[in-house]
Amino acid sequence: MKKKPEFKIQNITHPSAPLADYNDPLLRELVAHLRQNRTQLREEWARRITDAQLLTAMTKEEIFSEATSVYDNYVEVLETGSVEALQAYARNLSERIIPRGVETHEVVGIVLLLRDVLARSLFKKYQGEPELLNRVLDAYEPAANRIANTVAVSFVQERERVIRQQQEAIRELSTPVLQVRERLLILPIIGVIDAQRARQLTEQLLRGIRGNRAKVVVVDITGVPTIDQLVANHLVKTVEASRLMGASVIITGLSAEIAQTLVTIGVDLSKMNAVGDLQGGIEEAELLLGYKVISTAEPAAGTGTKESKS
Amino acid sequence: METDTQTEIRSAMDIVTARQRGRALALELGFNGADVTLIAAAISEVARNIVDHAKKGEISMSSVNSSISGGRRGIQIIARDEGPGIRDVAQAMQYGYSTRKGLGVGLPGAKWLMDEFEIASEIGRGTTVTMKKWKR
Amino acid sequence: MQVPILKQGGYLIASIQSVLSDADLVQLRDNLGERVGTFRSRGVIIDVTVLDVIDSFATRTLRGIAHMLKLRGAETVIVGIQPDVAFAMVQLGLTLEGVGTALDLEEGLAYLDLRTKRTPVNGN
Repeated sequence: MKKKPEFKIQNITHPSAPLADYNDPLLRELVAHLRQNRTQLREEWARRITDAQLLTAMTKEEIFSEATSVYDNYVEVLETGSVEALQAYARNLSERIIPRGVETHEVVGIVLLLRDVLARSLFKKYQGEPELLNRVLDAYEPAANRIANTVAVSFVQERERVIRQQQEAIRELSTPVLQVRERLLILPIIGVIDAQRARQLTEQLLRGIRGNRAKVVVVDITGVPTIDQLVANHLVKTVEASRLMGASVIITGLSAEIAQTLVTIGVDLSKMNAVGDLQGGIEEAELLLGYKVISTAEPAAGTGTKESKS
Repeated sequence: METDTQTEIRSAMDIVTARQRGRALALELGFNGADVTLIAAAISEVARNIVDHAKKGEISMSSVNSSISGGRRGIQIIARDEGPGIRDVAQAMQYGYSTRKGLGVGLPGAKWLMDEFEIASEIGRGTTVTMKKWKR
Repeated sequence: MQVPILKQGGYLIASIQSVLSDADLVQLRDNLGERVGTFRSRGVIIDVTVLDVIDSFATRTLRGIAHMLKLRGAETVIVGIQPDVAFAMVQLGLTLEGVGTALDLEEGLAYLDLRTKRTPVNGN
């Protein structure tokens, strides 16, 4: 397998690009120091977190146990120069603490605290040797910044992912695919349709057709205020995809404005089976399914197969 | 990255191979079912374009991170051939335009399936199609 | 891999078993053309449930098969196109115009019954 140059370019601009030489003997000495004082520094850090009233949603024990893992990952990054394990851990941690309401500033806060705790311990250790102290700090700073960056970015990304997921879930709930009788589905759409929602609707509908073995689908857009070209074309595609699966689509509730828009923007309506309102659409659907529609007020004998109640 | 794969395209049989690899990679990257199918279909079309017009080429696929929009992950597919090249790219990208056979669906169709689509072609040198799709 | 073709009453059922290469599709076309003649079939069902992608070539071939069989006197219905596959097809602008489609084998048989029903000229 060949390596593609574009990926190297990407790596250089990425915040996780190497900033320090991890064969640096100073860094190695630093790592040894952090290992030796693991217990004490870790406790110091957990105490500072509590003092600063960060991670208040978590118990002391939880904070200590997470702090231990972050600490060990932190030292590992300094030692190996690879942030991958830390990144994975930060994602996993974010996944667990986001539902509990932990905020971005808390996560950034605790990482900066750890950076501070460790820097202070370095000051203490090398205070007699200012020359060496400077060099140790020079080696430590970029690595520490990079670690802070990695954790914060992982958290924010995870949060964005959760938000996107929630948005999807809300959208899905907002448009149910209803089975009114065997082989007949109704998809009442309410509210503005954007490209993403349109796509989701299509996916839901197509799965619904297979899941319910539907033969006819009534898509009611009475509750849709406007439609742009993108969404209109999507609607046409949905109708076509349904047909590929063997189902017919009836569109109902096209307002005069929307109908006018569709004509103006030149949407191919030849494949659309449109019926005025939802009731008419259901009657049309039942005809397609081979049911006879009769008015409840009249005896069943009538000649017409399609009569409207209202 | 270990997810990089490269597929030689020499005959119609290789189209299936490329498509299956693309599907596997897309699944591994966490794309949902509908997107996996769209990606596989797009690969099918660009691979077919190579078979129909260039006889020989290769398709490489890899994961990719977006430099914008918070490092979203995606899949990148590069189809290269050393065929005759496309004289008028704009025309070739018009839906329904076909030089020899087919529906003229291939390349413009693939473009619709993906989020990003670039095509570079040089007469006598060949054509490179680079396309990407981001996870939703 | 060859597509098995079953005879079911007046119909033929071609049930695709695995991913198809271009050559397999062309082979299927030739076999169907021949069998429809041999058995004097009135209808053909092509079951594509297992196909995970139906690209422009496959669409063109399926459409070609349907049109060719029509000229040989048989109605064709494609059954089992999966939701994601249907979505990808329409995104590609592929619609199988003029070809019958149905949800599954059962629906395909019902479709053919409806389409190939012959009404006697005088009485019942």
